Amino acid sequence: MAELNQDSGKQKGGKVRAKKAGGKVDLTAMVDLAFLLITFFMLTTSLNKPQAMDVAMPDKNKIDANDNLEIADNRSITLLLGSDNKISWYYGQLAKPIYPPTTIDYGKEGIRQVLLKMQKEVPARSGGKDLIVVIRPSEKSVQRNLVDILDEMKIVDVKRYMISKINSDEIEVLKREGLFND
Amino acid sequence: MGKAKVKRTSTAIDMTAMCDVSFLLLTFFVLTATARQPEVLVVDTPQSTTPDKLPDDNLGVISVANGKVFFGVKNPTVREITLKNMSQKYNVNFSAQDYEQFKQLDEFGVPIKNLRQLLSLPNDQRKESIQPGIPVDSTETVSNELYSWVQEARKATIEYNRSRDGERDFVDPGPMKVAIKADAEEKYPTVNLIIETLRNQKQNKFSFVTGLRAEQ
Repeated sequence: MAELNQDSGKQKGGKVRAKKAGGKVDLTAMVDLAFLLITFFMLTTSLNKPQAMDVAMPDKNKIDANDNLEIADNRSITLLLGSDNKISWYYGQLAKPIYPPTTIDYGKEGIRQVLLKMQKEVPARSGGKDLIVVIRPSEKSVQRNLVDILDEMKIVDVKRYMISKINSDEIEVLKREGLFND
Repeated sequence: MGKAKVKRTSTAIDMTAMCDVSFLLLTFFVLTATARQPEVLVVDTPQSTTPDKLPDDNLGVISVANGKVFFGVKNPTVREITLKNMSQKYNVNFSAQDYEQFKQLDEFGVPIKNLRQLLSLPNDQRKESIQPGIPVDSTETVSNELYSWVQEARKATIEYNRSRDGERDFVDPGPMKVAIKADAEEKYPTVNLIIETLRNQKQNKFSFVTGLRAEQ
């Protein structure tokens, strides 16, 4: 600038200086904003990714749909998923159960305690063989119930469980216990 | 007696470097973020403690809410091949423009005979209210369109992966994975119908899409 503004000597009192503005800008607010945006983008990208819960079903027997696997009575508990976010569970066969159907809630205080108890009790009764859980969702149960119960299997670490079809006797049980409402 | 003066230092810190770094990071996150398309079918998934994330590619997603079934394949090229196979199977013809539109369509829920009509609409008019859902039943015939869609998508994935074989740094991701993204309040019979549809084509493994729940 100095070169361009060289005057031809009209101003005798020396160079005229342009007033220097302060060289520093307060960047605090800008940094605040930048970090806010960083946080926003971090949270919306990586943390927003949905989870995938893997489910494996057995091969379907298309020739004989009623081909049911026989499992030992004293190893299996059956969970009937009813309406109103409740479960009815029994141990053994429904016709002559070791523990008759009982209504229970989902979650830590409900079904998890049962599963933990049975995980200890079943090997004692069946000579060291582990627990089998049969999950039977009724048509009044919702997807959340199924995901909750599968999640519970993972939390309690039940090694053997399966999802199977509910039969009419078990629907009767749910009706009797008042768990078959819309 | 002069007072002892405490020397005052300036409290202002030079923020320039910090500002530089934060904007660099900001730029990085903005560029790596993938803009999420607003979903046509709004699904409120249940929550679980599963730590596994849903894969981004090599995936077909079946969405279920309000009794409607939607389907979408993640990879656009696989999408195109799937539609080609479906058009042969159902004798419905699509123009080159339709294929282009279909490549950008994340998910849809119309019977195949109405798909052309859906593709001719602009993007913002493809609302949930005009899409009745893909027909699903317990059979393995052409009336169960979801069965065909999943099957053709699986075949298309194999075809696509095979065509990319030999490319540099290409690792075959294996067969297509199938995920069921069902609403938390969806009744079990609808979900069961889909599970049976998958089992009928020996797709015995699949995933339920869930949100993350904090450990209880």
